[in-house]
Amino acid sequence: MEYPDQFNQEINSNKAVHIFFSQAIPLVAYIDESCLYLKEKKCLICESVCQAGAIDLHQEPEKIELNVGAIILSLGLEPFDPKVKDEYGYGRLQNVVTSMDYERLLSSTGPYAGQVLRASDKKHPQKIAWIQCIGSRRVTPGDNSYCSAVCCTYTQKQVILTKDHEAEAECTVFHNDIRSYGKDFERYFQRADNLSGTRFIRSYASIVGEDPETKNVIVKYATADQGVKVEEFDMVVLSVGLTPPKNVDKLAETFGIELNSHNFCKNNLINPIETTRPGVFVSGTFVGPTDIPESVFSASGAGAQCGQLLDRRRGKLTKERIYPPEKDVANEEPRIGVFVCHCGANIGSVVNVPSVVEYALTLPNVVYAQEQLFSCATNSAMQITDMTKEKGLNRVIIAACSPRTLEPLFRDTLQEAGINKYYCEMANIREHNSWVHSKEKEDATEKAKDIVRMSVARAYHLEPLQEFDLPVNKTALVVGGGIAGMTCALSIANQGHTVCLVEKEKELGGAARRIHYTLEGLDVQAYLRDLIRTVYQHQSIHVYHDASILDASGYVGNFITKVKSDKGISDIKHGAVVLATGAEEYKPTEYLYGEDDKVITQVELEEKIVNDDEKLLASENLVMIQCVGCRNEDRNYCARICCGHAIKNALKLKEKKPEMDIYVLFRDMRTYGYAEDYYREASNKDVKFIRWEPETRPKVQAVEEGGKPVIRVAVTDPVLGQEIAIDADSLVLSAAVIPSATTKEVANLFKVTLNPDEFFKEAHAKLKPVEFATDGVYLCGLAQYPKRITESISQAYGAAGRVLTLLSHDTVVASGAICEVMEDACVSCGACITACTYGAIEFVDTAKGRKAWVNPVLCKGDGVCNTKCPTGAITLKHFTDDELLSQIDAAMPGL
Amino acid sequence: MCSGRIDLEFILRAFANGHDGVFIGGCKLNECNYVTQGNYDALGNTLLCRKIMAYIGLNPERLKIEFMNASDGIKLAESINAFSESVNELGPLGQGEGEKEEGLKFKLDAVRKLVPYLRLVERERLRMPVKSEEAYRKFFASPEMDRLFNELVANKMAMSQIMMLLREKPLSTGEIASTLGLSPSEVAKHINVSSMHGLVRYDVAQNNYAIA
Repeated sequence: MEYPDQFNQEINSNKAVHIFFSQAIPLVAYIDESCLYLKEKKCLICESVCQAGAIDLHQEPEKIELNVGAIILSLGLEPFDPKVKDEYGYGRLQNVVTSMDYERLLSSTGPYAGQVLRASDKKHPQKIAWIQCIGSRRVTPGDNSYCSAVCCTYTQKQVILTKDHEAEAECTVFHNDIRSYGKDFERYFQRADNLSGTRFIRSYASIVGEDPETKNVIVKYATADQGVKVEEFDMVVLSVGLTPPKNVDKLAETFGIELNSHNFCKNNLINPIETTRPGVFVSGTFVGPTDIPESVFSASGAGAQCGQLLDRRRGKLTKERIYPPEKDVANEEPRIGVFVCHCGANIGSVVNVPSVVEYALTLPNVVYAQEQLFSCATNSAMQITDMTKEKGLNRVIIAACSPRTLEPLFRDTLQEAGINKYYCEMANIREHNSWVHSKEKEDATEKAKDIVRMSVARAYHLEPLQEFDLPVNKTALVVGGGIAGMTCALSIANQGHTVCLVEKEKELGGAARRIHYTLEGLDVQAYLRDLIRTVYQHQSIHVYHDASILDASGYVGNFITKVKSDKGISDIKHGAVVLATGAEEYKPTEYLYGEDDKVITQVELEEKIVNDDEKLLASENLVMIQCVGCRNEDRNYCARICCGHAIKNALKLKEKKPEMDIYVLFRDMRTYGYAEDYYREASNKDVKFIRWEPETRPKVQAVEEGGKPVIRVAVTDPVLGQEIAIDADSLVLSAAVIPSATTKEVANLFKVTLNPDEFFKEAHAKLKPVEFATDGVYLCGLAQYPKRITESISQAYGAAGRVLTLLSHDTVVASGAICEVMEDACVSCGACITACTYGAIEFVDTAKGRKAWVNPVLCKGDGVCNTKCPTGAITLKHFTDDELLSQIDAAMPGL
Repeated sequence: MCSGRIDLEFILRAFANGHDGVFIGGCKLNECNYVTQGNYDALGNTLLCRKIMAYIGLNPERLKIEFMNASDGIKLAESINAFSESVNELGPLGQGEGEKEEGLKFKLDAVRKLVPYLRLVERERLRMPVKSEEAYRKFFASPEMDRLFNELVANKMAMSQIMMLLREKPLSTGEIASTLGLSPSEVAKHINVSSMHGLVRYDVAQNNYAIA
């Protein structure tokens, strides 16, 4: 019996007994509710054929009671169901799919193994349209009023992947605003937009039906220059929004928490991770529509808040992992085992895995080889351990994916077998092979053999390496005393650690000192006063004012930072450091700023609003210009918060003086998430929104009109196609948010990197959003990228969570793949020392004279020094000349 | 490991093994995964290696470096496809250049012997103070670089080759010149320097030179 496969959006079918999806953990089969026996007490065939006797169809649900100190709700989301509205044609027209359906179609583990096929004729669609904002940004019944925040960029991703699948495909996106407000998203949009055959059309689009013969979908839309058009597409993708999880009312009742008006979790503006019930925390999209990085740092932040509550019980339930003693195999002849992974269909459908296994067995020193469906599955990993022991293997090669994600897991399988983990080698036959050569199966198989042969050659030369434990200093240093820095410092301190908080100004508060209220109505100054008082009152937080950092040395767990401050010069010893150096408002050089006092920035406007500035309130016409100093050649990014800032100030002005005419000149209104509701409110209150294109920027000049000096703003309205002139009494520039002046300096001191826009570059945009690639250094707040106050707070808790992961341990492990100097060969020329930017190499006096020496805790294993040494005296372990050259030699078959 | 770990020896070894092309992929410039910006070292080494290749009669287009980040899968595939195509057009190593396999191998071996020296030269004379791709490419294409290359590398290469020949058997200036495709006066100049250093000696009876 076959039933629709739920993981693949019910596009293909599956059996009642199946594996949920190919990377599921644990990777075991289960029986779902479509089972004939469970439904009608029939069948039972599976029970009798399962030799392991693993199937028990008579299990009953069990109730388990757990006593816990805190709860984290990560309930996720439900994609919007377009079936609720007939006009979307979903379910009625075969070739209309949702973006979730399309995501599965694109996936190599999807219903057609990575082929995009139409439901009607199983052909590859050549002409595909995406319609944005399905179920979002609409107040019509059945839709949601908020912006779902992620659809613009996921659509761009789907366009890029589609072009990757089918270079000739024509991709059209019907959109409202393009909301590329995330870090590096502006460039991502440009990348999608610049692909040949892609069109981004700013228009509402409606599905009018399908061609009865071809089943092509007919879409009607309108553009400013061409009017109403009707066009046929092979397939239409509905970019559906995010909605609260299923049964959210019931869940809220169960946990005793309140929901907001959109049925997501109701949360606290100054602590977005808190629910209305103490001890119950929230992370991920249940907070509201959020992208991956925000989900990840809210998860880590929820961890930190549980830590604050339960710190006294930390580590009580952990068990230490005990590995068998390591066998000394260094003097044994290499006995290499090769495990070739099918990765489901990822490798297996392209590469002839059994023939690679057979080939591996012909290679020198290979004593064992086998295939595996998923080498990373728990049972397969155990098999690697078992076979290593049984066959006496002392080198193991996993021919599977990139080592980037799973190498630690496979190294672990060797440790479990009592073999040094550096005897593990991965041959990447997926990313480097099957994924790119899916159409050349035979060649791909040959290439897999080449890659395995090279790995075998390298494995022969591998050496056992020792990692070592470094002690961890339990103090944290937080650089920057703004909202993010203070929040992070408090959370760390509340989990039992001493925190040194350094602030470059005389007072704490950072950029928030100039912010008075938020869109949602938070009184920022009151909150800030409270926060600053709590920081000062905390006995474990030491605040350094007027501070500058003179020097930073050391390494994870053991940093020493020299700080000059109101306390004099101090050497702070700390185990972790959080960089929360904030950002600044760009000082415009355009639009008469600085020349005419009627031209001010949004932050200056806010100041004037709270002070009831007479001149400002006397304005009859007020114009705001968005994207000043960003989304241009100098700063190719969106500063994310300025649209919300403009709406916030416009609403406040309308409150104070409803008759004031307010114009917002924008490119795309990027009021993502709930801010969309305020955008709508502003529009309803007659704030006028006029869009402009980058080619026709607004022009401003100071003129005299009716005896009164005004700023004449000329803008070309793309809808009317005409230039409009507005005489403004006040011109407000939504100036970009730029990295603070000290960012670069701090980055150099702590040896962390910046992105092209000179914001801090996190270790991984999605998966490690609060840590740097440099161990023990973390980040939060505006210094990472512009963000709203609530987002900064959430990220600050996230950083605290990661800091605690480090500080709660007594030791950290340093890698064994680092450089080492062979003293006999060293001629003390210093070439390696000048090459090492980590400062890991120094001269030491030895019995044989002055020689270079590598400090193993500072070396990060880049190996640049190796290519500088004229005598080859310095070697990067695990990437030695022997290891790499043997691989190069093996690349040539039969050499 | 950083792309800056790619040693000249790795590249030359691949060519000596008979590979028709070598492609080096590094992180995007100025977006270093470490803090070392070792990808600039990789760029410098690549540009130097291309000069060496041109000098020994190998088409420098057989060596390419591209910089990209982890999400540039498509770019990597495109770059490799384009590179494979251009290497295919160049034909098998040496054949495309009209070089005999033995001669080529001899020259490559001579260069590989110089790698430790080339590291010193790079450090002392060829290192760029400015980290920009444009500056690197400009410098390596400049007349100044040509002068330095001739002064520091080309002469050494000639000597390295002469020494390798003489290690096999004693030869006359004329024989050396014709084997290496150099003018007899150039060979005489190198031989003079080498005998001054006591590396070779003149055999009066045989009218040829031999390893000292």
